[in-house]
Amino acid sequence: MSINSLVCSSATEAARLLGSNPRARYFGGGTLVMRAINEGDQSFDTIIRINDPELTQMQIAGNRLVIGAGVTMSALLRHRDAGFLHAAARSVGGPAIRHMATVGGNLFAQSPYGDFATALLALDAEVIVADGSRMALVDFLARRNPSSGPTPVVTQVSVNRPASAGDFWFLKVSRVKPKGISVMSFAAHLPRAANQLQQVRVAVGAMAPTPVRMLSVEQALEGHALDAASIEAAARVALEGLTPPTDAIATSWYRSEVAPVHLKRLLTGAMR
Amino acid sequence: MSKVPVQLTLNGSDRSVFVDPGQNLLDVLRRSLGDLTPKYGCGQGTCGCCTVMIDGETRLSCLTLAESVDGCSVETVAGIGEGAQLHELQTAFMEHFAAQCGFCTTGMLMSAKHLLDNNPSPTRDDVVEAISGNICRCTGYEPIINAILDVAARRGSGRHTS
Ligand SMILES: Cc1cc2nc3c(=O)[nH]c(=O)nc-3n(C[C@H](O)[C@H](O)[C@H](O)COP(=O)(O)OP(=O)(O)OC[C@H]3O[C@@H](n4cnc5c(N)ncnc54)[C@H](O)[C@@H]3O)c2cc1C
Ligand code: FES
Ligand code: FES
Repeated sequence: MSINSLVCSSATEAARLLGSNPRARYFGGGTLVMRAINEGDQSFDTIIRINDPELTQMQIAGNRLVIGAGVTMSALLRHRDAGFLHAAARSVGGPAIRHMATVGGNLFAQSPYGDFATALLALDAEVIVADGSRMALVDFLARRNPSSGPTPVVTQVSVNRPASAGDFWFLKVSRVKPKGISVMSFAAHLPRAANQLQQVRVAVGAMAPTPVRMLSVEQALEGHALDAASIEAAARVALEGLTPPTDAIATSWYRSEVAPVHLKRLLTGAMR
Repeated sequence: MSKVPVQLTLNGSDRSVFVDPGQNLLDVLRRSLGDLTPKYGCGQGTCGCCTVMIDGETRLSCLTLAESVDGCSVETVAGIGEGAQLHELQTAFMEHFAAQCGFCTTGMLMSAKHLLDNNPSPTRDDVVEAISGNICRCTGYEPIINAILDVAARRGSGRHTS
């Protein structure tokens, strides 16, 4: 297929070009876009890249970590300030994929991909787009739909920094070890005050068209100590609001059967 | 669409090439630059046969936009030995029967080289992780893991295979 390739010096310029051409696609690390080109995908004929180094920066802002959309999984793994996200970054593909796959691209990856976005979701992530406006990741993912007009150019993602390493947990369930596509992935932010869980966030990937928050699970845990009883209560409502897909990795039935078990494993691990 | 000029260093030599917009690096290496060591397995990022190093990091050349390597240093298996002398990893792969049909081998060697360049004393788990993006349908992986661990051990003890 014949492709038109453009390089922009700023996200604003890229957003303008993408907004004016429905057949243009933003090119991040390219692990999915290049795949589409190789397959002869006819839904786009123009790719747009940005060469602004700002997109590959990471910085701490108070209790938040701000990650450039162009930061790759392996760049994030080299960053000590992002230690709480290392398990999630390491779960994406093999080493060569991690050298290419960006944080921004993961927000758009179709299920069962999106393991990193699942982790971001449990950290109350906000997405910052080219015009500087911000949106909660939960709303961003809910609206993510290629048919709903041009996608905004994401420049940064900002997340909560857990107060202690033991507050944030990530689990990817896959059949092939060590690298495999998700059957599902979980992320849980479990801050505690006086031994009671406060502002709990639990997210799951590959159990719906996009990563989603597990609101019933969060409610079951909120205000309780993390113990066998609260974990059991959380597992009972694990499937509420989910529409597990059937794909080449697992059936909807299988995902539904094992999701409560894996959630329990994640929470039990966090209890210790 | 007009061609895009790209200048790169391929295994230490300066090379210039015109590429098509949207063309992948694997295609350019094989068809335009005559380096047939990276293999086309899937074009999807899943098999790892096309693994090369770009500025010291392993990448899948089938998923790399050729024009994005302008000014970069690209390394392939064709450049890891010294002239006719094989690289230690290549010798160890022979000794351990780590290549059968050989289709995965060049990608495996690049992933293995990247590991040992960055971690001279890897554990078995480190090796498994390092080659986790490379599929081998022949060997069952054990001979490959053993070959890589052998090179690390020999380097650690000062013994070299080549
Ligand atoms: C072999 C293989 C294994 C993989 N394994 C995993 C895995 O284990 N877990 C997982 O989660 N994913 C996996 N992926 C999917 C993918 O690599 C990751 O999701 C990656 O993070 C996507 O990022 P990218 O920069 O490569 O995206 P690209 O391919 O560049 O883009 C993907 C989509 O996002 C859009 N986009 C990218 N960046 C932006 C931005 N800043 N603003 C607006 N739109 C943007 C693009 O237009 C495109 O639609 C795998 C892919 C392959 C090929
Ligand atoms: S050909 Fe590139 S990963 Fe298979
Ligand atoms: S030796 Fe045949 S695929 Fe690995």
